[in-house]
Amino acid sequence: MIEAEQSPAAFAASEHAGYVLALADDPLVLAQRCGEWIAAAPEIEEDIALANLGLDLLGQARLLLSHAAELEEQGRDEDDLAFFRDPAEFRNVLLCELPNGNFAVTMARMLLFSSYQLALYDRLRSSTDTALAGIAARAAKEVSYHRDHATQWVLRLGDGTRASSIRMQAAVEAVWPFLAELFEDGWLPDALVEAGIAVRPSDLEPGVRRYLSDVLTEATLAAPTLPAQRSQGSNTRASDAGGRHGLHTEHLAALLAELQSVARAHPGVRW
Amino acid sequence: MTGPETGGTSRTEGEAPLPTPGGSDHPSDWPLWEVFVRPRRGLSHGHVGSLHAPDPQLALRNARDVYTRRGEGTSIWVVPSAAITASSPSEKDSYFDPAADKVYRHPTFYSVPAEAEQL
Repeated sequence: MIEAEQSPAAFAASEHAGYVLALADDPLVLAQRCGEWIAAAPEIEEDIALANLGLDLLGQARLLLSHAAELEEQGRDEDDLAFFRDPAEFRNVLLCELPNGNFAVTMARMLLFSSYQLALYDRLRSSTDTALAGIAARAAKEVSYHRDHATQWVLRLGDGTRASSIRMQAAVEAVWPFLAELFEDGWLPDALVEAGIAVRPSDLEPGVRRYLSDVLTEATLAAPTLPAQRSQGSNTRASDAGGRHGLHTEHLAALLAELQSVARAHPGVRW
Repeated sequence: MTGPETGGTSRTEGEAPLPTPGGSDHPSDWPLWEVFVRPRRGLSHGHVGSLHAPDPQLALRNARDVYTRRGEGTSIWVVPSAAITASSPSEKDSYFDPAADKVYRHPTFYSVPAEAEQL
């Protein structure tokens, strides 16, 4: 099924599992953030929309976690991975764990992340890991809608009233510093890319930045400027920090405490 | 439930805040839209309900999220509720009652060919 297994010397199964786990943790964590809007969104229609987005992400996370669990062969399942890992064992990017902020921040984050995720899943459709390719093909359709939803809102708030424009600009600037981490390569073993399993994150960067730039322009928003070493391809900087290395903001621990509380209070419970 | 930190975003004094999770409600000034969905194997769009949205594009997306999340439809129409002219309940008698006792208006005396599936 997985061609790369024919050359076991190239990389360890744990590295393959680690890659899929990182891809799983992003949507798992962001799904929780979407869920925080339920019963609190600006309109009931948006309430349902954000719940749908969250459920899509949770579905992707479940498939990816199950696949990671199979690959690592440690006898764990998706629930063990979701509920019984501590923050330092999570591999999600920091962008996904940031607090929701206001609605503009939530949409700015969704725009950045869904643009990245769509580019990623589009490439992963042709992964030599056929299970991963199947998950990606299914998820790409969902993520395409997420990107559209976020784009529609960024356009309306950016090119809306003066007040909405100021806040949308502030929101884009709040999340922009976390964009570069999505394109970091340092955590990913080269062998996984060479085996055709993984996508090199930096390969996604030009397309994603082009899309974001087009949306910001149409929304009459200014592209945030950051110090050169952060906005230029981040793979050049020594990067052993960040979520892919298990170094998280304090926000993740609080998020996981809520996510994991029931499963940890009642181990093995079924509902 | 309390709202999380706003992640470095500024809020201008005196302006209504953008909503945050757990933030207070604000009244909707979005117009109302009527939603029509063509079911998977249905022939025509049927009215399924209404929703609020600021413009037609978002009305369509909201309709997708609210009314087709379990795969109910293959096509959606949204129409501003204000564009619909409805009959008045007070005119119910003059509108509808005269039809009640005119049996000859119903084509019940024809036999329908078995091949005509969609009559």
